[in-house]
Amino acid sequence: MPWLSTLIAVPVLGAVGVSLVKSDKLAKQLALAVSLVVLVLTGALAYLFEPASKERFQFAEVYEWIPRFGVHYGVGVDGIALVLIALSAVLVPIVILASWHDADGTGAAAPPKRSVKTYFALLLVLEAMMIGVFAATDVFLFYVFFEAMLIPMYFMIGSYGGAQRSYAAVKFLLYSLFGGLLMLVAVIALYVIADKGTFMFPELIGVIQDPTTQKWLFAGFFIAFAVKAPLWPFHTWLPDAAAQAPAGAAVLLVGVLDKVGTYGMLRFCLELFPDASKFFTPLVIVLAVVGIVYGAIVAIGQTDMKRLIAYTSISHFGFIALGVFAMTKDAGAGATLYMVNHGFSTGALFLVAGFLIYRRGSSQIADYGGVQKVAPLLAGTFLIAGLSGLSLPGLSTFVSEFMVLIGTFERYPVAAIIATSGVVLAAVYILWMYQRTMTGPSKEPAHVMPDLNWREIWVMGPLIAVIIAMGFFPKPVLDVINPAVDKTISSVHIEPFTPAVAEKKGAGQ
Amino acid sequence: MEPAEIIQHSGGVIGVSWLMVALPLLGAAILLLFGRRTDRWGHLLGVAMSLGAFAVAVAAFVQLLGLPEAQRRQGVRLYEFIPGLADMGLLIDPLSISFALLITGVGSLIHIYSIGYMSHDPGRRRFFAYLNLFVAAMLLLVLADNYVVLFVGWEGVGLASYLLIGFWQFKPTAAAAAKKAFIVNRVGDFGLLIAIFTIWTTFGSVAFNELTGGAVDGAISSGDASQGTITAVGLLLLLGACGKSAQLPLQSWLLDAMEGPTPVSALIHAATMVTAGVYLVVRSGAFFEAAPTAQLVVTIVGVATLLAGAIIGCAKDDIKKGLAGSTMSQIGYMMLGAGLGPVGYAFAIAHLIAHGFFKANMFLGAGSVMHAMNDEVDMRKYGGLFSVMKVTAATFMIGYLAIIGFPLLSGYFTKDGIIETAMEHNQILGWLAVVGAGITGFYMSRMVFMTFFGKRRWADDAHPHESPSVMTVPLILLSIGSVFLGAFLILDNRLMRFLAPAVGLPEHLPGFHPFSVPGLTTLALVAVGVVYAWFRYGAAEVPRLAPRGSFLTTFARRDLYGDALNEALFMRPGQWLARFAVFFDNRGIDGLVNGLAAGIGGTSGRLRRIQTGYVRSYALSILFGAAVVVGALLYVGNM
Amino acid sequence: MTTHYLVLSALLFAIGAIGVLVRRNAIVVFMCVELMLNACNLAFVTFARQQGNLDGQIIAFFVMVVAAAEVVIGLAIIVMIFRTRRSASVDDANLLKY
Repeated sequence: MPWLSTLIAVPVLGAVGVSLVKSDKLAKQLALAVSLVVLVLTGALAYLFEPASKERFQFAEVYEWIPRFGVHYGVGVDGIALVLIALSAVLVPIVILASWHDADGTGAAAPPKRSVKTYFALLLVLEAMMIGVFAATDVFLFYVFFEAMLIPMYFMIGSYGGAQRSYAAVKFLLYSLFGGLLMLVAVIALYVIADKGTFMFPELIGVIQDPTTQKWLFAGFFIAFAVKAPLWPFHTWLPDAAAQAPAGAAVLLVGVLDKVGTYGMLRFCLELFPDASKFFTPLVIVLAVVGIVYGAIVAIGQTDMKRLIAYTSISHFGFIALGVFAMTKDAGAGATLYMVNHGFSTGALFLVAGFLIYRRGSSQIADYGGVQKVAPLLAGTFLIAGLSGLSLPGLSTFVSEFMVLIGTFERYPVAAIIATSGVVLAAVYILWMYQRTMTGPSKEPAHVMPDLNWREIWVMGPLIAVIIAMGFFPKPVLDVINPAVDKTISSVHIEPFTPAVAEKKGAGQ
Repeated sequence: MEPAEIIQHSGGVIGVSWLMVALPLLGAAILLLFGRRTDRWGHLLGVAMSLGAFAVAVAAFVQLLGLPEAQRRQGVRLYEFIPGLADMGLLIDPLSISFALLITGVGSLIHIYSIGYMSHDPGRRRFFAYLNLFVAAMLLLVLADNYVVLFVGWEGVGLASYLLIGFWQFKPTAAAAAKKAFIVNRVGDFGLLIAIFTIWTTFGSVAFNELTGGAVDGAISSGDASQGTITAVGLLLLLGACGKSAQLPLQSWLLDAMEGPTPVSALIHAATMVTAGVYLVVRSGAFFEAAPTAQLVVTIVGVATLLAGAIIGCAKDDIKKGLAGSTMSQIGYMMLGAGLGPVGYAFAIAHLIAHGFFKANMFLGAGSVMHAMNDEVDMRKYGGLFSVMKVTAATFMIGYLAIIGFPLLSGYFTKDGIIETAMEHNQILGWLAVVGAGITGFYMSRMVFMTFFGKRRWADDAHPHESPSVMTVPLILLSIGSVFLGAFLILDNRLMRFLAPAVGLPEHLPGFHPFSVPGLTTLALVAVGVVYAWFRYGAAEVPRLAPRGSFLTTFARRDLYGDALNEALFMRPGQWLARFAVFFDNRGIDGLVNGLAAGIGGTSGRLRRIQTGYVRSYALSILFGAAVVVGALLYVGNM
Repeated sequence: MTTHYLVLSALLFAIGAIGVLVRRNAIVVFMCVELMLNACNLAFVTFARQQGNLDGQIIAFFVMVVAAAEVVIGLAIIVMIFRTRRSASVDDANLLKY
């Protein structure tokens, strides 16, 4: 069974269906049903996946697409791609449920009513693109999905966003296109220089040997990914886009779309251009560490909730990039896990912020206060989401942040120490935001700020359950990730880390 | 003598010792998940879970005692936590079981007390959920068999502390205090994290089992780890310990933490959580014993904090803050002991356990007084309470006598042990500790005289009464511990020999010398402190409004300007930095991006002006272009 | 011998070009364009003569055909503009700008 093609096709067909049905309500229900079907299919895929398999990509499908240039429709997953596809598949139904009324024009700060059907159809199209981009094993196909993802997101921000939506949408689109075009040049150059007559990723590994060529091609790919991720200093589109996007779209934007950047660094930059990656490592590590500290400090100074969350993500993306380029097993696995965990944790934060904004109609922190008193459940979920944002042990983000830091420390202790200071800053920005919005005397009477309703509980419940479960028992996910990361790191041919006291450990095992 | 080897897994109660963590965690989960439906019986469930954990701890303790000494370190591996890095595993040894007994024992008493204390609070169920969460996290901290799991518990208690300090979130001061506690603790956690990283990269393991004194010494002698690395590990661990245990320079959160309900102050900010730093230092003894510099710093931090806490305690009119200063000071003693090697460990732990009892006793007593006085905390508005609440007063006085080191009570034995051991290592530190004991005598007496004796300075609407028995019974039980525990633990070096499998045994067991010079001097100084306090606060009139006081008084009232220092050094520059960073991001980086876009837009805006709409000008440019092309062709053709 | 024809052609072309650039009346501009085209025709014919083949002459015919077609459409446009705007000045028809 062509699992991955099915996974991509189902949401596309679903989107067509959603845009054809008569009533808005039916459209929403259909969209939710389709996304749940995708979730079930992904679950089956994860069940059938064999972490220990010798194959590089499982469930692989390859068909010729443009034979003249050796372009293939090639899909397949390894552990890294699988967990990210799973992340998308879990987040989309949650986002659909959370965005139930986002396009209705009923919220306190809602933009004028827009087509409900279009919104949910766009969400499904986006899901197909997200699955496609992680599943693509053909570099050209990857590029196509990479750019095509922008389109639904552009419309979701531009049509359904806040007051500054068109500015944010255009900035998002142009910035991403700029990076994407650099990548296109590098993709074509890779094809031409490799002279293999194919764009298939597995066949392009290790082909480019010339150091200078590697560096240029690396730069083309890396800048695209750095814009996408976003890495400091290419980050300024994110706060605008995330703050203007409706909460659900922001979740997918920051939670999944941006992961394509860090995923690309791990998959393409490291494996296709190992020598250039090593050459540029110091630079990337500096950018990542600056991003961690800088993002956190700017987050502290924000007055807008959604912008604050966006800046925390910039800090977190610094951690992920740091983990990718530390090139140790622990850091690489930690970074991959971080991509997944960050999706859930930031997703939860954006969604709760969305619930607040839906009620009160403002995203300014100063407009809130004492919510805990009138809506304890809302405040409680906000706190848990926030705590996962500051990587509290027992929540999933801790495991990944710890692995990234310890893995980085194995090779770059100074960078790891500076990055660890982000742990302190994270406590400041999260808890200060919580203090300003949730504690103190309440500013709202209870009827303005009702507690979570059942739909919202069903949105937050699964997220929090996943965050806590993976915080105490990350092994199943790590078992999937580890072999794939090992393969990737080993392709860089870098000496693996061994502790100073190695012989004792060897004897002990 | 080296600590014993850890033996993996055993049957019996130790095999299911994870129940100690699981039971209170389950309690917290039920109370939080089922919300208001559990309001009616939530507090009972909380108490039951805590008592259940206590029962498991006692049973495990009995089983441990039944084992030969060489086998008294039992590891229980639960599951793989982070593959390749750390297992979720528990370690039941004399050290951890001592803590477990203290946490669950005192914790259960405080749970019971809270039934009465929180009976009128609408959030009582939530309170018990958080208390249970705390007990679970604290037990995970002390029972962990490696640094990563320890860190999970370490931050878990930080979370519980945050939730409980900020329990009355609608009070802005409480919310701010909670946040401050968490953030200051995170600074300490920063140190602990980097210590863990260093340990991992040096030894390739974070399990206590593989980080014995032999392993550390071996690594140093084989050159795998430099002396500097081990010292750095020690200092970083100390930074973590300072955060959790409110030692200088990370002490400032503890006094603010008194915003929490009083049982919280008793359990978390006196008896258990704040002593986690001492636990960490003792548990990491292998590193400190191999790094004399780090050990010296531990003792210096201990002595500095014990003096600072004592001085702060002298000037506070808020009874809880006075006790908080005292807690700081007593933990300073423990820290001092923990920096003195195996002999000191035993005294530090003994003092820690005894302190857990008498300080919890006094905090709960203070809570009982506040309960009677409409939540008034200002001691200047107490006075003469002895006659109206005899049980509270009597138990408080027992705790008081224990803490000042009244002969034969708990504190006498444990504190004296620390001072004597310190004397042997370093005369200066020892004598400073003696001075600290004298100050303790003064400020604790001041507290007792102002609260229970002298004239009644109550508010007009105050009608003090004795608390219900659900509150006084725990007080009585705790005060019994305050009387006898010290003698029980110290005499015959009972605790030291019990702890030996976990922390090692010193070559020479110390004897008990009641009539040594430092011991007698301590007693004399304490007596001077008590008498001076009597003249100032017992015999003389205490004004209802605090007099302005000398420079020294103000210095102490302002917590030795710790907050002012933090504000000037970190908060203000931090806020300024954040504002600047936001400005830089909006104007600098985003400005550059937007400027580039605006530049392109502007240029094209100017360029389009060329399209005037006049045919003649187009014709001219066509002609001009044609001329250029022709000229170029001619030029090329002639070349 | 053909030089004179070429000089004449260049002169006619220059006169036409200057006329296009400086005159405002659309009819005059139009006639100047015709002048330029015919100057070109003269040059083509002259070169054909000089080279001794018919290429230039054939092109001259093409040009004449195109010029005739152009006149038809061009004059029609000018008439339409004159009808709507009551002016035959090329400067008044400057709406298609920026």
